This record gives sequence, C-alpha cells and structure tokens, in this order.
Amino acid sequence: MAFSFNESSMNEFHKWGKKFPENPEGRRSLVIPALWISQWQNGYISKDVVNYVAEITGTEPLHVWGVTTFYTMFKREKTGKFFLQFCTNITCTLMGADQIFVNTCKKLGIKPGETTSDGKFTAVEVECLGACGSSPTLQVNDKYYTHMTESEVEKLIAEFRGAK
Amino acid sequence: MAENKVILDHIDDAGEQAIEAYQAHGGYKGLEKAMKQMTPAQILDEIKISNLRGRGGAGFPAGIKWSFIKRDAPGPKYLICNADEGEPGTFKDRKIMTSKPHIIIEGMIIAAYCMGLDTGYIYIRGEFFEPYQAMDKAIEEAYSKGFLGKNILGTGFNFDLHTYLGAGAYICGDETALMNSLEGKRGYPRLKPPFPAQFGLYGRPTTVHNVETFAAVAPIIANGGKWYSELGTPKSGGTKLFGISGHVERPGVYELSLGTPWKEFFEDIAGGVRGGKKLKAIIPGGSSTPVLLPHELEGMLLDYESIQSKGSMLGTGAVIVFDETTDMVKVAYRAMKFYAHESCGQCTPCREGCDWYYDILGRIYHGEGRIEDLDTLEDLAKYIGPNTICAFGDAFVTPMLAFIRKFRSEFMDYIEKGKYGLQAVLDAEKKSEEINHA
Ligand SMILES: Cc1cc2nc3c(=O)[nH]c(=O)nc-3n(C[C@H](O)[C@H](O)[C@H](O)COP(=O)(O)O)c2cc1C
Ligand code: FES
Repeated sequence: MAFSFNESSMNEFHKWGKKFPENPEGRRSLVIPALWISQWQNGYISKDVVNYVAEITGTEPLHVWGVTTFYTMFKREKTGKFFLQFCTNITCTLMGADQIFVNTCKKLGIKPGETTSDGKFTAVEVECLGACGSSPTLQVNDKYYTHMTESEVEKLIAEFRGAK
Repeated sequence: MAENKVILDHIDDAGEQAIEAYQAHGGYKGLEKAMKQMTPAQILDEIKISNLRGRGGAGFPAGIKWSFIKRDAPGPKYLICNADEGEPGTFKDRKIMTSKPHIIIEGMIIAAYCMGLDTGYIYIRGEFFEPYQAMDKAIEEAYSKGFLGKNILGTGFNFDLHTYLGAGAYICGDETALMNSLEGKRGYPRLKPPFPAQFGLYGRPTTVHNVETFAAVAPIIANGGKWYSELGTPKSGGTKLFGISGHVERPGVYELSLGTPWKEFFEDIAGGVRGGKKLKAIIPGGSSTPVLLPHELEGMLLDYESIQSKGSMLGTGAVIVFDETTDMVKVAYRAMKFYAHESCGQCTPCREGCDWYYDILGRIYHGEGRIEDLDTLEDLAKYIGPNTICAFGDAFVTPMLAFIRKFRSEFMDYIEKGKYGLQAVLDAEKKSEEINHA
C-alpha cells in the first residue's frame, strides 16, 4: 500500500517548506519534518513512508532510512494508542521510576517495549525528559505527566482505557 | 542572599507567555533600545562588558563568540538557538520556552541585528512538543507586532525566525551535530575546526547559543552590561539558572547570582536534603560533570571557577542531590546506560568504549564483577576522551572515573561480595544489630 500525505499533512509540509532555503540543501532539511508529519499521519515509519519522504525531499531512500534509524523517536513499527514513555534516568530513578516502570509493565501484562493485546498501550523506558524537578516523569504520546507514583500511573491508565 | 530574578522575573505569572504580558513587564524594550539607539558595535561592547558566558555547558564568553562573525560579509548567515536540552538533570530551558518564550526571541533578534544574521532556527528536542507549540505561537505574535520579518522597527533590518523539531538524540545537543540534523542528516558531530563561525549551517557563518544565553541578552541591553556583570562575580558575570532535583526538599529551577555560596542555595533556598536525611553526594552541573562529596562542597561558590577548583564543572547548572541511602553503583550504571544508548557511533573509541564501560559496570552491579575491573575502566579511559571528534567521550569518562574513584569501596563491595551477596551481608549485619540492641 503506497503512502502519501493527506491534505492536512500536505499543508503542514508546505508550512515547513517555507522555513528553509529554496535549493536542494534546503529541501533535504525537510527530511526530518517530513518523517514527523508521516508518523503523525501513519503512526510509524514504514518502507513506503521512506520512499515517499525521499521523493518529496529530493533525497535517496537510503538516506531517509539512515536518518530514520538514527533518531529514537521515529517508530519503525506500530505502537499502542497510548505510548507510555517512562523516564528512568538518574533523578527519576532516585524518585522510584525504575520500580514504577517495571511494575506498570507487569500490571499491563507486557514486557518492556511491548504492546498490550488490545493495542491500547505500549510501555517503554526513555532517557531524561528534561523535567527532573517534578520527577518521576511520564510522557504519554506528546504530553508530560509529572510527580508520578504507581497509583497515579494506574489512575491514568484507567482513564485512558475508558477514553475512546 | 536570595534568588535574583532576571530571566525568571514574572515567569510564574499566568499569561506571561503572551506578548502583551511580556511587553507590559518591559519586554521588547531592550530590542527597541538596541535597534534605535545603539550601533551593532555598541551592542557587542555591552555583551562583552556583561561577562555573559554560554549557558549550554562549556561557558564560552558570548561577546568573543559574537566577534567572530563578520557583520558585512555577503550571503546568508545563521543564528541557532540550541533547545535540545538533553543533559540528564537539566530542565531549565523547557521552563523558559513554555513560560516566557518572548525573552528568547527578543534576545535572538538583538543578537542577529548585532552580528548581521538573516535567518534563525530554534532547534527543539522532539520530546518538547509543548514547548515547541509555545515557541511557534510566540514567533507568530512577534511577526504580527513587526519584531520579526522585513524592516524590523523601520530600521531596514530583516530577520526570519523558525522552529525546528528534533527526534530523540542527545548528541544533537552538540552544536555541530545539531547543524547536521538541521540539514536533514544523521546527527553526527563535525570535526572542529572549522568552527561554526566560519563553516556552520549549510557551510555558512553561524552562531549557536543555548536558550538561557539568549534569554539573558535583552535584559543586558535594557539595563547595561555593567549592571549584569555586577550581579555576578568579576569572572562569572550575571545570574544563572540552577535546576535542583533528586533527594532535595524543594526541587525546581532557581535563578541565582553567580558566586552565591552553595550552602546558602542548598540549605536556605532549596531546603536541604529531603526528609532530614544526610547528604551523600551531589552532581553539580548535569550527569556529565563529576560527582562531589560533602567535604568538597565546603566553601564552594556557585560559579565557573569555584566549582572547577573543586574538580568538577558548573555545566548546565543541573544539580542532582543524593542522600545517604543512595546506591552509587546503581547511579553510575544507570548514567552509563544513558551514554551507551546515546553515543552516535561515529568514532570507534567512543562507540566501543561506551559499550565496554556499560558492560563492565553492568557486571559489577549484577554481582559478577572482577577484581581488576576498576583498573580496566581507569586504563580504558586514556584511549577514549582524546581520540574522539566531539566532547561526548570526555562527557562520560570523566564522571564515571569520579564515581569509581570517590566510591571505590562501594564498587569493591559489589565486586567482592556480589550484589545479592552484599544485600545478604547488609541484612545479616542489620539483624545482628537488632539482636544486640534487644
Ligand atoms: C554531547 C554534547 C551535548 C550537548 N548538549 C547541549 C544541549 O542540550 N544544549 C545546549 O545548549 N548545548 C549543548 N551542548 C553544547 C553545544 O555544543 C554548544 O557548546 C552550545 O550550544 C553553545 O551555546 P552557549 O554558547 O550558549 O553555551 C552539548 C555538547 C556536547 C558535546
Ligand atoms: S531524569 Fe527523568 S526527567 Fe530528567
């Protein structure tokens, strides 16, 4: 199934296009924004996405793939609807994040990195999210949740479960 | 000494994100003064007098960096704000971006005008989606007020400013990796020289500063370089944001005059160790700065020179506090996991060295350490730092060596008794103590 931008993705892409010089170098600068927009639309970076991004940025698929694999936030497979990213770096772990992460995975019945069978949750461990003053920090999709405890995480998960 | 709010002034007011609120508190007055009453050379002088040093970690004097750019050289020249904030423990830039974005924009416009730069980018780490949206909104407001775009304030000066979103790579905080990332490539650091001032973004002259550095520029111009400099020490001008986290009573971001005694900050302002426990150690400036013991903190001042004289660095001003219950082997191992994950893999000594360090610390932590392991780590260190393109090699070797040197007995306990063995020994000791007390 070939991938292409829908209308709102295309508008977003054109918005980004105005930020860079109008030459091949400037177009190459659109590789990362185009990957973001693709991921927002498609959920992850498939081979088709790679080919499409190469085409619209005037680069080679191999280059786009090299960029995709360099950056942790580009997903190479589908994840749950709620992508739970637990920071377990120094401060968060001092505040108990490593335990919260392990226990949440257990409660969800998954191993770190896995997705629940209903496709709702994926739980991963991430590096410092730059919010250490209100740690432990949990990022769900784009949003930060701070001062996490096991019961707070449990409440959030129940909330997300109920959400459509 | 209390907090000294220059950048953080009004930052917690509701609505300070909006340009009207920012202007009501004197925002964009610095820009008007710079563009209407001062020449670029005068602006540069004020920055030099202010003694402002880069807040991204290395502390390079801003005035000297600005003087590397030839204002009248033809062709595009770039200004980049480094908002990649990835150094573990650091959370100050995010606060400025979400709560007072215009102070960054105003500083960038003044810098661009001073150096004659035509386009700016704010490189924001991918996880910072909310700050990214806040910056975009603020940029839009600044355009609508005529502070960005063509013919700014009727002076004929043009400057465009855009946001950019990273995608999860600590190494992109290195300014040359950042520029490669902005060019749509893998974020590999570049060999220096040439420095960004000669060969930066798209091979053009470029100036890169941290968010906090730009945030200091408008207050400096509005109030004068001398005023700013005198807020700090003769060598470390002005104020600095300190983010304190971990086992501390009142974690958060505080703005202090450089030169503030550590003791006053820690005890009076941040409330000391959480729950009345004893202090075991601190990291003063982010995970890449060497750990310090309580006796090393005696008489320490919070400025570049004083922290250096204690064998560590001010870094990003990110203080992490460890109380007496902290397992330092675990801390070192977790920190090393971060570096092993984030090494970009370009240089063999760093890529392989990270994995070796992580493996060796891992086996120590898991109770399978060997007697010679700590010496192996010491020996390995000699081959990493000096043989890499960027500072990442030093950034993990130096703090790791500090951990194993300052907490050698803890590491040796793990090696000699094993992790579970160690716990068993401690439990047994506790039990016999209880029996003795009974
Ligand atoms: C591995 C590595 C990571 C870095 N991360 C950051 C960062 O997240 N933010 C930052 O401002 N500077 C970071 N730096 C420093 C930048 O290379 C650069 O010195 C800085 O952005 C210059 O700004 P300043 O003059 O305001 O300090 C990093 C450097 C290295 C080697
Ligand atoms: S250590 Fe978790 S947010 Fe910084």
